[in-house]
Amino acid sequence: MAPTKSRPPSSGDFSERRVLRDQRTDIEDAQSLVASHLAALGYEASACWAIRLALEEAITNAFRHGNKNDPAKSVRFMLRISAHQAYFEVEDDGPGFDPTTVPDPTHDENIEIPSGRGIMLIKAYMSEVAYLPPGNRLSMTYRRG
Amino acid sequence: MGSVASRLNVRVQNGVTRIEFVDRNILDETNIAQIGEELGRIIDSQVNPKLLICFKAVEHLSSAALGTLITVNNRVRAKDGQLRLSDIDPQIYEVFVITKLNRLFHIHETADKALASFS
Repeated sequence: MAPTKSRPPSSGDFSERRVLRDQRTDIEDAQSLVASHLAALGYEASACWAIRLALEEAITNAFRHGNKNDPAKSVRFMLRISAHQAYFEVEDDGPGFDPTTVPDPTHDENIEIPSGRGIMLIKAYMSEVAYLPPGNRLSMTYRRG
Repeated sequence: MGSVASRLNVRVQNGVTRIEFVDRNILDETNIAQIGEELGRIIDSQVNPKLLICFKAVEHLSSAALGTLITVNNRVRAKDGQLRLSDIDPQIYEVFVITKLNRLFHIHETADKALASFS
């Protein structure tokens, strides 16, 4: 994982961009980075847990569905964390997709289908979620209290 | 060729195969695939599988892990077996509620209560 930019916009705030390549190692490194800043800013344990889950789903989706697990492709990860909110962007090398076409996994006819719950969990745990055109860049924000 | 360490602790108790996870975080897709294969072998080895999966040590779990549990549930039901889950951390249980999988799975507070529920 290569940090490409590290800049504190103001006292206590933190922002950074990273290019994630090796899937598991880079996800863990990114999670550790986020967790350290959340802890430094006093985010509650439940907030840290929620953000970790949403990031896991977002980055895993980017590698698996966006990049089709192609090791030649990468995921761009951006974080901007302040005392009031944590903002993230996850962008893959895929063509993008329309999230409204993903079937609702909670419907009776879909409940026994093993996939399709990542986006639902991201939306459940984050305050704001958007897929930016053409659908290969996810932005999500967690707002405290 | 070296053998791959199991990601599950398995023991049979009163005719029920009781399974616990080695990992605290069930996130890595390779590990989740291995867990699915190990559970699949257990199901294949029994006529009417009775499985209890205990989440006592589990702190984090991804949607990919949920997918594997759904596949396991489908396979157990296909063999007229029974699957129970127990000892799920409250934060993880909330994931089951959000996804409504608490309606699909038989979830019990403790392993003892889950064991008592097998017919």
